[in-house]
Amino acid sequence: MIKLTINGKAQEVEAADDTPLLWVLRDTLGLTGTKYGCGMALCGACTVHVDGAPTRSCITPVSAVAGKSVTTIEGLSPDRSHPVQRAWIEIDVPQCGYCQSGQIMSAAALLAKNLSPTDSDIDTAMAGNICRCGTYPRIRKAIRRAAELAGKEG
Amino acid sequence: MSLEHLKDSSGSDLSRRGFLKSAAAVSGGLVIALYLPGCGKPENAATSGPAKMVEANAWLRIGTDSSVTVLCDRSEMGQGVYTALPTLIAEELGVAPDTIKVEFAPAGAAYVNALLGSQVTGGSTSVRDAWEKLRMAGAEARERLIAVAAKEWSAPPASCTVADGYVTFTTRRKSFGELVEAAAALPKPENIQLISKDKYRFIGKPQKRLDTGSKVDGSAQYGIDVRLPGMLYAALAQSPELGATLESFDGEKVKTMPGVKQVIQTSSGVAVIADSWWQARQARDALEIKWKSGPNAKLNNAAIYAGLKTAAAGKGKMVRSEGDADAGLKAAAKRVEAVYELPMLAHATLEPQNCTAEFKDGACHIYVPTQAQLMAQAAAAQAAGLPAEKVFVHTTFLGGGFGRRLDVDFVPAAVECAKAAGVPVKLLWTREDDTTHDKYRPPARNVCSAGLDDQGKLTSFKLHLVAPSITSRWAPDAVKDTVDPFAIEAAQNYPYDAANVYIDYLQHEIGIDVGYWRSVSHALNCFTVESFMDEVAVAAGKDPYQFRHDLLAKQPRWQAVLDAAAQKAQWGRAAEGRYQGIALMSGYDSYLAQVVEISVQEQQLKIHKIVCVIDCGQMVNPDIVRQQAEGGIIFGLTAALYDDVNIVGGKVQERNFDSYRLLRINETPEIQVYLLEGEDKPGGMGEPAVALVAPALCNAIYAATKKRLYKLPVAKQGFTV
Repeated sequence: MIKLTINGKAQEVEAADDTPLLWVLRDTLGLTGTKYGCGMALCGACTVHVDGAPTRSCITPVSAVAGKSVTTIEGLSPDRSHPVQRAWIEIDVPQCGYCQSGQIMSAAALLAKNLSPTDSDIDTAMAGNICRCGTYPRIRKAIRRAAELAGKEG
Repeated sequence: MSLEHLKDSSGSDLSRRGFLKSAAAVSGGLVIALYLPGCGKPENAATSGPAKMVEANAWLRIGTDSSVTVLCDRSEMGQGVYTALPTLIAEELGVAPDTIKVEFAPAGAAYVNALLGSQVTGGSTSVRDAWEKLRMAGAEARERLIAVAAKEWSAPPASCTVADGYVTFTTRRKSFGELVEAAAALPKPENIQLISKDKYRFIGKPQKRLDTGSKVDGSAQYGIDVRLPGMLYAALAQSPELGATLESFDGEKVKTMPGVKQVIQTSSGVAVIADSWWQARQARDALEIKWKSGPNAKLNNAAIYAGLKTAAAGKGKMVRSEGDADAGLKAAAKRVEAVYELPMLAHATLEPQNCTAEFKDGACHIYVPTQAQLMAQAAAAQAAGLPAEKVFVHTTFLGGGFGRRLDVDFVPAAVECAKAAGVPVKLLWTREDDTTHDKYRPPARNVCSAGLDDQGKLTSFKLHLVAPSITSRWAPDAVKDTVDPFAIEAAQNYPYDAANVYIDYLQHEIGIDVGYWRSVSHALNCFTVESFMDEVAVAAGKDPYQFRHDLLAKQPRWQAVLDAAAQKAQWGRAAEGRYQGIALMSGYDSYLAQVVEISVQEQQLKIHKIVCVIDCGQMVNPDIVRQQAEGGIIFGLTAALYDDVNIVGGKVQERNFDSYRLLRINETPEIQVYLLEGEDKPGGMGEPAVALVAPALCNAIYAATKKRLYKLPVAKQGFTV
């Protein structure tokens, strides 16, 4: 049994220590918003927050997050109200949408540290997240918009 | 099957109507059926008790609670059909698109794409096929609703209007929900009039995508997300050597591994079925399997390209012939000759291939991200040993398609696993499985010649296309007597004025499966034609834009996008040290031009800006057109810069995103998209923007370095990118 907190809720999961967090989230807990793309931390589709830090869950053994707090896309907000989600909706970022949970989690982690990111800050923070549909121009725009929205909320 | 195409050789788009005409014709008329909604979620129910859903036609259900549900019969893989198709119905029905509930249609003859002859999402046909059909579906329902209300009010139907779920006449109004049951019982209305363009409320205006909400909170259901009670998970071992067969395997050792339930032989390899996918995958990796080498044991890229080169000496089937190209070339004051070679590519959908299968009540259900529902159904039926009508296809959202999911090679093993396990099974490929077992974009070797007169005017153009044929594998009957139309795109409609034109296509197979890859042969042939036209312009001593412009006097739509792109990109006025390249294409009834602006320092390439001008006719949703242009350009740029597929001993060497690179945000240049007002009919936009990037980029590289690139990707042609 591994104890961890997921989206604010204490959980105990039965899984081998070396099971990647991704598969515990998806198959054991049914949190399928976090996606599998590469299994090697190359694409970022599996990005979640571990104690607030963006983390590739596909290479993170579940034992490494014992006692820690994990936030997935399902826990980012209860109603799509996180500034990043609002900006994503306003700009209509997603196409196929498969990578977007990871994109949004990376963007939310960026804005949690930096509410006025430069273009270069955005590129650096988001370079680990691949979008095969090519939504990058809108991701840039939406992150700037999300920063505005978050700024207004103070 | 028949293929009514190539009916003209004048260079206009060939007709694909009737292509793969195999299934029943699109059913017309009204199906009247009353039933209760499966999950009973009437929103804003006006009546007590659950709302009834009335099936107005194959695509539209109206509830007695006035709810409107549209069945989307094309797969949503990012290109926006989930929004665009309901918008067509919404326009005629007078309801806002964002009030519509969208569901994916099942497999069925009613949903056959008339442009492709099967229930297929591909060829940038969705909106073109739906344009009349779905507006008529909405209009027919509107006329019925009006007829019922008008009769009750003794009002002239022509004086009644619909808006926002009500039929209105002077001060009276009735909701759709109140009218729908009586409306469905009426005979089919006659003389249905579609709403005229000047009265569009939704078509042609940017509408929010209807799938965005579920794609920002993780709730959108892709194939990989399907979860069924009691479901197990499977990982599949396929032969690393393409075309090799299973000799033997030892499943005993892995059966003791945690979670493992079964190890079975499937039609495509050996599957491990386990309690979780991770367990299945671990055990799959530990399997001992002997594969029996097949015909590709010695296949490598050098052999593939040598084969194409040898084959190229032969004559292909004529695609187009005007004047006498050979005589014209002989008489030319100046001749230009070149050979362009294109690499194989992988689709790399971010969601790896997968399928979930379940046997229930004597039927088989598959939950699958597919672009080809009837083919998935047929493949599952064969694997299940059931007739097709006992296979139900549940289409999920697709985590990318790009043509990969026109193939259904991942379906049978899932069905075989579910059958063996006696419970639902989700079979998921790893990223490595996906990259090494794709249906790759065909390689090509294209031979070009041009003749110029002593004024530098183009007199002759000859193009010899040499590549494998995808359709010969995918739907062989459709092309048995004819040239594969998906091999000659962006070549057969060569737009430039020349007295002598000869284009032929020589099919040469390479021993491995090739597949439809976003923009298909447009990408092969646009690179060839537009790179070559640049060369010819240089040989003629003319500016590449002006040279093209002067040869397009008889092609106004081509010329208009070319001119607009040159203007928007400030052609010829790039800043010091920056260089531009231009390319032009028509495909899918759309017209596009792109200008790429770059700089090169010591072989280090930097892309500053890509400008794209589009005339895609009547747009349904300009913002989705824009998305497809932006995304298509990035898709094309990825391929142009980085990618090829390398085969050694029949095995694909690229495995994951470290060796098969995809463009990242920090590598993405500024992209400007300009949309021109087009004609009354829509053109397709899911694919065409992809194909122009490579030639426009390579033409810019020539402008900067005087080095002409005859092969791709750029990163393997001596440039750092």
